[in-house]
Amino acid sequence: MKGRFSWFNATSITFGFAFLYIPILLLVIFSFNESKLVTVWAGWSTKWYGSLLQNQGLKDAAWVTIRVALMSATVATVLGTLAAITLVRMGRFHGRTLFSGMIFAPLVMPDVITGLSLLLVFVALGFDRGFWTITIAHITFTMCYAAVVVQARLQDFDKSVEEAAMDLGATPVSTFFQVTLPIIAPSVISAWLLAFTLSLDDLVIASFTTGPGATTLPMKIYSQVRLGVTPEINAISTILIGIVTVGVLSAAFFTKRQTDRAERERRKAFGATG
Amino acid sequence: MRARISDLKRWYVIGAPFLWLLVFFLIPFFIVFKLSLSDVATAIPPYTPTFSWSKGISAFISQLDFENYTFLFSDPLYINSYLSSLKIAFFSTILTLLVAYPMAYGMARAPKSWQPTLMMLVILPFWTSFLIRIYAWIAILKPEGFLSLFLIKLGLISEPLQIMNTTTAVYIGIVYSYLPFMILPLYASLEKINPSLLEAAQDLGSQPWRAFWQVTFPLSMPGVFAGCLLVFIPAVGEFVIPDLLGGSDTLMIGKTLWTEFFNNRDWPLASAVAVLLLLVLIIPIVLFQRQQEMEREAGR
Repeated sequence: MKGRFSWFNATSITFGFAFLYIPILLLVIFSFNESKLVTVWAGWSTKWYGSLLQNQGLKDAAWVTIRVALMSATVATVLGTLAAITLVRMGRFHGRTLFSGMIFAPLVMPDVITGLSLLLVFVALGFDRGFWTITIAHITFTMCYAAVVVQARLQDFDKSVEEAAMDLGATPVSTFFQVTLPIIAPSVISAWLLAFTLSLDDLVIASFTTGPGATTLPMKIYSQVRLGVTPEINAISTILIGIVTVGVLSAAFFTKRQTDRAERERRKAFGATG
Repeated sequence: MRARISDLKRWYVIGAPFLWLLVFFLIPFFIVFKLSLSDVATAIPPYTPTFSWSKGISAFISQLDFENYTFLFSDPLYINSYLSSLKIAFFSTILTLLVAYPMAYGMARAPKSWQPTLMMLVILPFWTSFLIRIYAWIAILKPEGFLSLFLIKLGLISEPLQIMNTTTAVYIGIVYSYLPFMILPLYASLEKINPSLLEAAQDLGSQPWRAFWQVTFPLSMPGVFAGCLLVFIPAVGEFVIPDLLGGSDTLMIGKTLWTEFFNNRDWPLASAVAVLLLLVLIIPIVLFQRQQEMEREAGR
């Protein structure tokens, strides 16, 4: 859609983004506050970051969280990519409606239901609750997000490239690895990053499926937030926001550079023949 | 690809995600249902199964125990939690739509070169921790928080505002955290609208406002529909927002379920709460799936 970009449009965008970003900016700024009071400014200081380093419980929780996120994002990306191929390339098969239901329902399912039902299945299967059960739980809900991200890319690329490869004698497997995967690679990377941050952020599902000894960072933050607002929480939040921002921006940059390069090469190819 | 790969080989691709979701997403619901028919006990895990499948179908039916469900319906706390969750989710969905629509509309009309950046700015908060974004609002809304301090300084109010720990705070929290979920589908459908349709309407003498209601808004309906479902369904079962921003009088079913499970350790009752919540949400969830499938078909 194009049209006049009016004052009304500019104002609604400005107010909208102010609403989205002011709370986050205040949180980041006040993590550098000298005072223990989170809403009264008393000068710059990085002492709350220093006190984070002293907090062994927080460091342990961060380590558990990162391990869970790395593990679950990787498995979820593989399963999600397979699921995306199933949705876009496999046509009709028995159980297709059930399959797409199981991909889309977790995207909107309230966390308390997902958490409770996963816990009960772990109890029924006799799994020891802890690191592995959180990881399995995170794979389950993040793979659906990964599937949706990869599916969007698979849908709008030209299927005839795959068909050409197979006409030239490539097997479906080698076609996938040599033709399809390089084309969808940026979306697979975005899917991995999304799965990673969703796992990093999850409180409710992890709380249900954890066991003794496995406390994740959001669980730690939650138990402190319930006691009140402290500058340490602002500091740890700022670090997490920083990691996510750098990750998202570099993924966007990477994708843009790749599409720019593809565009340039296409122009060059047409220029050469024309 | 479809014509070349045999059915058996297709299942190499379909099999792994299908089985995974079957075991860890679908089957768990049956276990939740089964447990909701059990009694609570002081044990690990804290319940006694009231029935087993092995004794035949008539013995199975006679063992069914709907005690937890009759309890849910006899205690007004639970009914009120369900109703109040639906009400809060409904009104916050409408509020989110009202905030998101002008933004998505402005984004779709912005110069093409700005659009990727604007998209990025919407996506970034969506990737940032939910918990942290809710936490950020505590410092704003509490009586000695930023909002009250700011308004007092401006001389608009003399007493601190009492928003924290009220249902108003829950509305603000839901609108704030679910806003990107509403903007993205709205933007996607607004961006697709062909500008010549609007020009045609205006050439034929339609006022801009009328052209909006008769051309733009109907064409953006798929986005409105998807966005509303993406906000409404998870908001009904929301736990973090009512727990951190709401007060003791803010009843929401997700919080009730959490309390039954973690504080009262009543797993069977928590399961019954979950089963009823799922029954309430099953129709919107099916609508959401249909809508996503239709989008996919249309995208080919």
